[in-house]
Amino acid sequence: MRHFTLFTVLSLPLLLSACGDLVVLFPDGDIAARQRDMMLIATGLMLLIIVPVIAMTFWFAWRYRAANKAARYEADWDHSTKLELAIWAAPLLIIIILGAVTWVGTHLLDPYRPLDEITTSETVDTEGEPLVVEVVALNWKWLFVYPEYGIATVNELAAPVDRPIRFELTAESVMNAFYVPTLAGMIYAMPGMETKLHAVVNKEGTYDGFASHYNGAGFSDMRFKFYGQTPEQFDAWVEEVRQADDELNQQSYLRLAYPSEADPVRYFSSVQHGLYQRILGMCVQDGKMCVQEIMNIDNSESSGEEEHVDVDRLRYETFPIDEFGGHSPQGATAPASGRIPHTDRMLEGDREDGAGSIAPSQLNRSH
Amino acid sequence: MAHAANSQNAPPESFFELNEHGHETGSSTMLGFWIYLMSDCLIFAVLFATYGVLGANYAAGPRPEDIFELPLLAVNTAMLLFSSITYGFAMIAMQARQTKMVLLWLAVTGVFGALFLGIELYEFGVFIGEGASPQRSGFLSAFFTLVGTHGLHVTFGIVWLVTLMVQIQKYGLISANRRRIMCLSMFWHFLDVVWIGVFTFVYLIRMI
Amino acid sequence: MLANTDLSRFIFGRLTLDSIPYHEPILIVTFLGVVVLGGALLAAVTYYRWWGYLWHEWITSVDHKRIGVMYIILAIVMLLRGFADAILMRTQQAIAFGGNEGFLPAHHYDQVFTAHGVIMIFFVAMPMITGIMNYIIPLQIGARDVAFPFLNNFSFWMTAGGAMLIMISLFVGEFARTGWLAFPPLSGAEFSPGVGVDYYIWGLQVAGVGTLLSGVNLLVTVIKMRAPGMTMMRLPVFVWSSLCTNVLIVAAFPVLTAVLTLLSLDRYAGTHFFTNDMGGNSMMYFNLIWIWGHPEVYILILPLFGVFSEITSTFSGKRLFAYTSMVYALVVITILSYLVWLHHFFTMGNGATVNSFFGITTMIISIPTGVKVFNWLFTMYEGRIRFELPMMWTIAFIVTFVIGGMSGVLLAVPPVDFTVHNSLFLVAHFHNVIIGGVLFGSFAAINYWFPKAFGFKLDVFWGKVSFWCWVVGFYFAFMPLYVLGLMGVTRRLREFDDPSLQIWFVIAAFGAALIAAGIAALLLQFYVSVRDRKKLIDATGDPWDGRTLEWATSSPPPQYNFAFTPIVRDLDAFTDMKRNDFRRPGDGFRPIHMPKNTEAGVILAGLSTVCGFALIWYIWWLAALSFFGLIGYAIWHSFNYDRDYHIPADEVAETEQAYASLAAGRS
Ligand code: HEM
Ligand SMILES: [Cu+2]
Ligand SMILES: [Cu+2]
Repeated sequence: MRHFTLFTVLSLPLLLSACGDLVVLFPDGDIAARQRDMMLIATGLMLLIIVPVIAMTFWFAWRYRAANKAARYEADWDHSTKLELAIWAAPLLIIIILGAVTWVGTHLLDPYRPLDEITTSETVDTEGEPLVVEVVALNWKWLFVYPEYGIATVNELAAPVDRPIRFELTAESVMNAFYVPTLAGMIYAMPGMETKLHAVVNKEGTYDGFASHYNGAGFSDMRFKFYGQTPEQFDAWVEEVRQADDELNQQSYLRLAYPSEADPVRYFSSVQHGLYQRILGMCVQDGKMCVQEIMNIDNSESSGEEEHVDVDRLRYETFPIDEFGGHSPQGATAPASGRIPHTDRMLEGDREDGAGSIAPSQLNRSH
Repeated sequence: MAHAANSQNAPPESFFELNEHGHETGSSTMLGFWIYLMSDCLIFAVLFATYGVLGANYAAGPRPEDIFELPLLAVNTAMLLFSSITYGFAMIAMQARQTKMVLLWLAVTGVFGALFLGIELYEFGVFIGEGASPQRSGFLSAFFTLVGTHGLHVTFGIVWLVTLMVQIQKYGLISANRRRIMCLSMFWHFLDVVWIGVFTFVYLIRMI
Repeated sequence: MLANTDLSRFIFGRLTLDSIPYHEPILIVTFLGVVVLGGALLAAVTYYRWWGYLWHEWITSVDHKRIGVMYIILAIVMLLRGFADAILMRTQQAIAFGGNEGFLPAHHYDQVFTAHGVIMIFFVAMPMITGIMNYIIPLQIGARDVAFPFLNNFSFWMTAGGAMLIMISLFVGEFARTGWLAFPPLSGAEFSPGVGVDYYIWGLQVAGVGTLLSGVNLLVTVIKMRAPGMTMMRLPVFVWSSLCTNVLIVAAFPVLTAVLTLLSLDRYAGTHFFTNDMGGNSMMYFNLIWIWGHPEVYILILPLFGVFSEITSTFSGKRLFAYTSMVYALVVITILSYLVWLHHFFTMGNGATVNSFFGITTMIISIPTGVKVFNWLFTMYEGRIRFELPMMWTIAFIVTFVIGGMSGVLLAVPPVDFTVHNSLFLVAHFHNVIIGGVLFGSFAAINYWFPKAFGFKLDVFWGKVSFWCWVVGFYFAFMPLYVLGLMGVTRRLREFDDPSLQIWFVIAAFGAALIAAGIAALLLQFYVSVRDRKKLIDATGDPWDGRTLEWATSSPPPQYNFAFTPIVRDLDAFTDMKRNDFRRPGDGFRPIHMPKNTEAGVILAGLSTVCGFALIWYIWWLAALSFFGLIGYAIWHSFNYDRDYHIPADEVAETEQAYASLAAGRS
């Protein structure tokens, strides 16, 4: 790490106090590490002023306590041009420096910016193509599509060490945020829109990833493991996913999109061509008009009058989240609610069309 | 600030106002009402901004040029502008303390306002009949809300106007009533100004 | 049992017996508690025949002092509710580990954090500052009341009506499960079809009207009603800071009103402002709500900056250092607070230039804020500091607030925010500034001005107990959250996997328990002080050697505040008077022109609240009835021209003589 010295000095107190895993301060991905460095620089700059202020507070409070008759008392002193200049200038200077650092850092660490030699440590291969992962935030699980390999997973993410990753993110119905602290800062995933995030992992290991924008009842369990792997391990992992029975196509996607909590990991050996684009266009169901298409009509010169689009084709029918919460007694707590475990209910309804591969959530919890 | 310079001055005769006279509350009311109008202005600003953001989201549905009827709109705008002028006449009559004339001009203003509302409702009816309802697209939601909010304000203005006419009838042009006439006047002209914004940004620009 | 027939649907809308959570042990106990306590209270009021007194002297009162006190009582009552929610969350998070679900399922937990946030911001912090401003501004500028006394009463009751709606949601139906800003699409009709979000919307809309009108009212009061000689640059800093706050209220709350209206149109009328499909845009909601939301945090903190300035100067026995800087700093903060809203969603995928722009504007705000801190420090410098309770709170504030400010500037650096946005680090940050600033400031203000309002000081022993419990409790409750944030723990989580996190949550829960003790000590402090009021009496009206005009009248001040309007020659007007041996006139009193009490405010607000309730439950007939009742009553009320009266000169003379002899006898 380049900022090693600064880093050790500043984080000493935290090191001493921390018994857990301060992943934000000790990430294994280059982008996250740079973001951490920004945090330390900013903290250091601010301590320059915060520490004296706190010290002065206690010092003045003690020194000029009423009991201390020895201290000077100037009841009418209320102005000093020099001092006033200084108290405007001191924070101003710090903010100028911090502002400059912020401007540069924000541009360098823009999540949309592909990794290049400037932003990445020497070990990273910036020549080759990045690993593209298409991320869909579902209620309440993560779907990861690997277009390069034609596979998809639920609630499990893997990537080879030192290979840049490009995440392309969207969501099925509500606002979400995607966060793997060891990799890079979070980014929102929103329905009908795409955001991007570039990152890299520099060390093998198992890391946590999760939703970091509240999105309804299943939020707490919308977590997954992220594996940083050697290229060989990663290839083996891809192979394992390819062996799975399930395939991801419109039908299985729509079933998957049905709200469920604490879902187990799932693998899909293949992914229907263009599915992600249809998810992004909110038109996975047959007959729906995709967002891209609607925008083309809206932006075209001629008015849409002649065509008269059927409004039903435009309506995005998704699964209301309250499919679950809404039916239980209002304000219910655990013992009293009698709330059916979610996936059980889903199984009852869906049993015929064979959605049985989704295990009942409350029973199969790995943790 | 000076170094407490004032304390060195000779003390005044008294630190209290011994010969206080009653305060005129009218100017506070006008200022307060003006501030309220500015805050109302912000509501319209938000609605304009919303229209700016959603104004081209037709959801493959009707566009401005498909539904807006400029001639009708011109008539409508004229109604509101006339009503502002006639309100002006009411104000002049008030300065001259001519109760009857004030009532007359207020009544004319109210009629113009009602005509404006009538035309607007008719327009809304036609749009909805054509399938351009507020539920059809973001553009139409924003359109109906912006124009409808203005219409609600006019409705409220008319209710106020009628109430005020009864009060003038009953109590004459007493100072409280004059103050109310002036407040309503600000309100009425404010709605006029907002309408000019609506007319320009919602209708005209989209038609050209 | 109400069958779900068409008739009962018509009469009760969505409201059925099932909406009442009688199967819900926690709520039933709470409900019984409320019934028993409330019943006892009502019985006592009836028994002692206080109804008349309450009605004539408080509920219908247009006296800014009474209204101010009612605001503060409302804030303290709601603090208890908001804090109860906090305790629930702290307990849940301390036990829900490794498969243990805790005692709150998502359905309940998600309501709790939403209710906590909404209540603390809108019904604790807002009424608290509004109450303080209401009480103090007219006194500090030497006025007899606010500019629009009737409107003031109405504003209070609208705020109380909003609070009432939120409280009703506890026992009838449910509250929103969306977080305190109710972001769509989650808060839209599709994903939150129940009444929760509707309670949220109408609670805030009803209260919002009150807030806006009170903002207009206080703004006009400061502009128009200052005593002769009180130029803008002789305004006490508290009045300046309140002025800025009210400018912000008037310029920000309409945005909230508008955005909530759009959300309710989406929910009620099926429009497409924030929906996913048909041309809606949910990101617009984020922008609009934060265009209100960021100024809102300054609305909350600015008046307390003023409070700290007054207190520092009084208890240091010294003029405020660099008053002009202080005023400019306030004005700069006011303006800049409109240019930073985007820092609340750096992570939404905006471009780097946009993000750095908003990051840097945010940092710039910390400059004037820093200047204010230095001004307080240099006011203490070469002073004679008396460590009375208000001053203790002030010191605790300075230290706590700069720490919160530091984490705030960190969050303003976009790359840093990417890593701790929406995390417990953020939660720690805003509690750090809100508790350290707004709550500590409110406690300072209460301790400082209580003797003015009631004629006796607050008990010091219990005050100190409360102080130490709060301050220490705060650090225990929130410092662990910074650590958790750095461990990548997101906010609004109900349960956790990683057992190594638990210890931090347990520490935080311990901190919350200390805060609970602090709140209990605060209530005890009130009780003990009332009990010992004879001992704690403030006969002179000037218990702290105050510097501004509110100390120039008796404690409590007479209804008309000042028998003769003071003339101001200096920033520290009262110090100036005292140094020049001012004398209160003993005769020559004149009748004083005052507004009459009116029941119109409480009736209008009551009708609005009923209308809100009816809309929440789709009881359309009641909504229409109360709405037209509201309009009709307002029109009827406007026919009442007889709204003021004169306090006879004799009565003024009598009151002033009583004060003079009390002050002479004791001081
Ligand atoms: C008095 C002690 C307090 C305690 C122990 C406390 C505790 C908490 C806790 C545990 C949360 C939830 C954190 C999470 O999302 O995981 C929370 C959220 C929040 N608190 Fe407090 N709080 C306190 C006082 C306040 C005050 C005084 C205010 C404001 C005036 C406030 C405003 C908020 C807000 C706005 C939220 C966010 C709610 C949301 O997520 O939608 N809190 N607080
Ligand atoms: Cu902000
Ligand atoms: Cu902040």
